[in-house]
Amino acid sequence: MTATYTLPDERGHFGDYGGRYVPETLMQAILELEKEYKKAREDEIFQAELQALLRDYVGRQTPLYYADNLTKYAGGAKIYLKREDLNHTGAHKINNSLGQALLAARMGKKKIVAETGAGQHGVATATACALLNLECTIFMGEEDIRRQQLNVFRMELLGAKVVGVKSGSATLKDAVNEALRYWVTNVEDTHYILGSVMGPHPFPMLVRDFQSVIGNETRQQYLEKEGKLPDTVVACIGGGSNSMGMFYPFIKDESVRLIGVEAAGLGTDTDKHAASLTKGSPGVLHGALMYLLQNEHGQIQEAHSISAGLDYPGVGPEHSYLKDSGRAQYESITDDEAMEALMLLCKLEGIIPALESSHAVAYALKLAPQMKKSEGLVICLSGRGDKDVETVRTRLGGEGK
Amino acid sequence: MNRIEKVFQNLKESNEKAFVPYIMAGDGGLDTLAEKITFLENAGATAIEIGIPFSDPVADGPVIQQAGIRALQSGTTLREVLAKIREIRPIVHIPLIFMTYMNPIMAYGIGNFIADASKSGVDGLILPDLPAEEEGIIATIAERAGIEIVRLVTLTSPLERIQEIANKGKGFLYAVTVNGITGARKGFNEELGKHLQNVKNVSPIPVLAGFGISEPSHVEEMIQHCDGVIVGSKIIELFESGKLDEIETLIAASKPESIKL
Ligand SMILES: Cc1ncc(COP(=O)(O)O)c(C=O)c1O
Repeated sequence: MTATYTLPDERGHFGDYGGRYVPETLMQAILELEKEYKKAREDEIFQAELQALLRDYVGRQTPLYYADNLTKYAGGAKIYLKREDLNHTGAHKINNSLGQALLAARMGKKKIVAETGAGQHGVATATACALLNLECTIFMGEEDIRRQQLNVFRMELLGAKVVGVKSGSATLKDAVNEALRYWVTNVEDTHYILGSVMGPHPFPMLVRDFQSVIGNETRQQYLEKEGKLPDTVVACIGGGSNSMGMFYPFIKDESVRLIGVEAAGLGTDTDKHAASLTKGSPGVLHGALMYLLQNEHGQIQEAHSISAGLDYPGVGPEHSYLKDSGRAQYESITDDEAMEALMLLCKLEGIIPALESSHAVAYALKLAPQMKKSEGLVICLSGRGDKDVETVRTRLGGEGK
Repeated sequence: MNRIEKVFQNLKESNEKAFVPYIMAGDGGLDTLAEKITFLENAGATAIEIGIPFSDPVADGPVIQQAGIRALQSGTTLREVLAKIREIRPIVHIPLIFMTYMNPIMAYGIGNFIADASKSGVDGLILPDLPAEEEGIIATIAERAGIEIVRLVTLTSPLERIQEIANKGKGFLYAVTVNGITGARKGFNEELGKHLQNVKNVSPIPVLAGFGISEPSHVEEMIQHCDGVIVGSKIIELFESGKLDEIETLIAASKPESIKL
């Protein structure tokens, strides 16, 4: 089945998932976006421009680093880190923001709106907009603004307008609501740079494609280093973009296990987590049919995670499909486990990972010892932890042991 | 013939315009629903749009968002609203149309929902996050049960698309008057009258204008160009502040003759 994987279908569906559940006012914009994206995908000049920016501006390709100390510590499979944390602006988000900003410029749209959770997508989008001279408005939940002060200031330095969102849980979900409302109102001259593989078609496809540079590089680098494909790749899941970018180029390689790691917050047996695939059920939010955290009446529940970037009660439609089809496997990691993994990576490898990425590290550390020493495991280190040091410090009681 | 088709046939015969107010079920407690519905019917409403609260209403502005939050806080569920409508349906003569988002219906189960809505006497459905591309998941089942899907067209929809959408329906077409979300506006785009006229020209069914309409003067202006209006946020505000006489004035603005009498 996966040998001929061609999803989404022409209507933007991944099996039952995905689609275009948006107000009619947005239909023309997303139909036009799809048309323009398909043209840009085949356009050598567009692709060359994007490749040049990814190389010279973002700093790609990013290293695939063999983490010897971590491998010895875990005592099993060889652990590699795909260093998306070394990208300009500190996370994988820039791969997508730059691609979409170029696309917006190509469509003649001068204004950009975006949502952000951790602030990483906001910073990446503000950066791309500064570079390409686009006007940028970012919606961010007040709770996230509190958690990610420094990123708010970075966005403002880069010339973006950051608008706080008080409604609902005042986190990523509510920022998406507000960005969608803004887009409906300003659709004629504005492009919405959605930050993950969610939302209405074509966003899940387009964001996946822009992020696939992660998996494409990893595949080639691993082949060069080990002469074979990795046995397992592990990535954290908020909306699901770094993981989808890592997984997609491996989908047809059935020998490669794909593992997505959700945030278990205080535990999946509590109501404070963000494990939509593990504990949720299918429904419609933000333009797509996907797994959601919701109550029996279809009201969306608030997610919880120590990491703002995973604090979202849904997960992209393609992951929803990959879960049901069994091609990918989804696990979850608690706040405490992620914190522990963060500290461990700092001490063993001298790398401060983002709290989001630390979820992937934590799961890999559980899995590696169960694997053979001859096997290989790649962790997508989606971002660096500079933005999180304040959260970590507070959590450690201000001392840092 | 569905109740919606009938009222519009009657309006046409008597050369009158439609006024469809929107209220949020459960705002002020579900017990106030019957009271509000009968008040609106007596004030001359053509049909009533009943909002079912959803936690993440992306097509709605602050007033309807807040009404939804109040309704959810008082524990309103789709199941209870359906039961309530079933109870009051015998004393209400005008069409009752649910407006909600897809997720509460999906959680209920689409088939179960249509069956229960039909039993309760719901006449139509407005689903702002269900464009023509996705309506297959519910439209056929709804129509088989005699429940009309009321479809939206907007300022950004090309005329060909408007025509296609209009041709799918039997009740009325909902012409959105602004690029944006629900909520009172001071004024409208100058081209709006022309747009509504264009929509009317391609639509085989009545065209009602909605979104942003909040003043009697808006109502008088809109009905020059189409078959009636839908008013949401303003009605909610007026119920909230107890200004029932202003609701009557607003509805009366859709019936110029009756004012003169
Ligand atoms: C470093 C990092 N990793 C992961 C995520 C989660 O998003 P996604 O699942 O789309 O990769 C974020 C989101 O802000 C992030 O900043």
